[in-house]
Amino acid sequence: MSPTDRDGSANDGAANGSDASGPDPLAPDHAPDDSVLLEARGIRKSFGDNQVLRSIDLEVRRGEVVVLIGPSGSGKTTVLRSLNGLETPDAGTVSIAGGPSLDFATPVSKAQRYALRDRSAMVFQQHNLFPHMTVIENVIEGPVRVQKVPKSRAVAEASALLERVGLAEKRDAYPFELSGGQQQRVGIVRALSLKPQLLLFDEPTSALDPELVGEVLQVIKELADEGWTMVVVTHELSFARQAADEVLFMDGGVVVERGAPEQIFTKPTEERTRRFLDRILRPLD
Amino acid sequence: MTEWQLVLDSFWPLFWGGLSGTIPLAVASFALGLVIALGVALMRISRNRVLSSIARCYISVIRGTPLLVQLFVIFYGMPSIGITIDPWPSAIIAFSLNVGGYAAEVIRAAILSVPKGQWEAGYTIGMSPGTTLTRLILPQAARVSVPPLSNTFISLVKDTSLASLILVTEMFRVAQQIAAFSREFLLIYIEAALIYWLFCLVLSSGQNLIEKRLDRYVAH
Repeated sequence: MSPTDRDGSANDGAANGSDASGPDPLAPDHAPDDSVLLEARGIRKSFGDNQVLRSIDLEVRRGEVVVLIGPSGSGKTTVLRSLNGLETPDAGTVSIAGGPSLDFATPVSKAQRYALRDRSAMVFQQHNLFPHMTVIENVIEGPVRVQKVPKSRAVAEASALLERVGLAEKRDAYPFELSGGQQQRVGIVRALSLKPQLLLFDEPTSALDPELVGEVLQVIKELADEGWTMVVVTHELSFARQAADEVLFMDGGVVVERGAPEQIFTKPTEERTRRFLDRILRPLD
Repeated sequence: MTEWQLVLDSFWPLFWGGLSGTIPLAVASFALGLVIALGVALMRISRNRVLSSIARCYISVIRGTPLLVQLFVIFYGMPSIGITIDPWPSAIIAFSLNVGGYAAEVIRAAILSVPKGQWEAGYTIGMSPGTTLTRLILPQAARVSVPPLSNTFISLVKDTSLASLILVTEMFRVAQQIAAFSREFLLIYIEAALIYWLFCLVLSSGQNLIEKRLDRYVAH
């Protein structure tokens, strides 16, 4: 390793793409193919009397980008959190990457939950970076502590990822020293460092100032273009339109309509979808 | 001027009583007490009703009874049921159980003050609850709990004077002996008080250092 390899921050560390040698650090390990990566069936969930999910089905193929849209309280986030066991549905099955199918109608063991989480990584609305750790420590925590990757290798990989998203010079900063957009990009890098098969985004830009939304969406769009499989909950309809392979419109705990973005955004078949899109796209009419 | 000579002559015995009695007693009891407190705090937070009731009951008893009585029960009371414990271990047991009760509530509140999202972030990078607790939650809880725990520690340093009543040779017992011998009660007790104060000043500045160190990752 040459002395400049590890940290290119000397030359301002701007996002300068991948250098000619080696694969792009943003690219996933697994090439897109036609296999089903995520299969969720009949996900149901109530909080007390409030039925937030009524039998949700979701199927995502490797390399596909599925975007969940819908009004707040429609259950989008609960669906997403059920996919990695942060939420325990009352019923339904989830299987990722051919792993064992988890049946939530029966008690779920710790081992099953870990197996499910091993295959995915999540980016949170409030980034949830570890405030007591520097940027690089945040990123290598999972690989080193959980996956037992040697620290030197984890640091090298994390540095490459940080450089790729334009944060090389921030590697030793604490999260509070970063802007909201930078924090969220670190959150994305932290998820990528785990080399998951599936990326879950829970309203990744909702907590950001409007002028910072673009830099984060840009990174997510690049990941989509690189062939990552992802499920994204968002209110950014322009992102959904550009990046999604399939858009699901949810309301009242059900998937009201699903289809290609062009179809959903230009000629939705359901009245509820149309009204929701109108409210967001033309709020003053 | 003989009073001043007495004050000077008794300084080192008192100070040494502090260094060899008061401080080790306080440090050992506090260290053990924190271990107990962490355990009790985790039991109290636990969803297991039996564990959390035991913890709640323990905290209630410790906080609801005088420290002096706890000390006497262990040293003077236990021999009645055939358990005789020496002065030093008796004092350490009583003080650490006492710290355990008070600090448990501090630690519990500090753990609960860490946002839920930190637990979730730990889980989504594949951590077990135990690893999440030790790597992510406790370091953040530590920052919040330093000021109240320092309070507990400083109180403990002063409370160790009660150990003089179960024959532990610490600073106050030395002071009582010098006072009884010299009949200069006022001077000697004020001198002892000033040395306690000196110890606490040093400890407070230690607290500031720890707080600064733990504050490096928060915006000011």
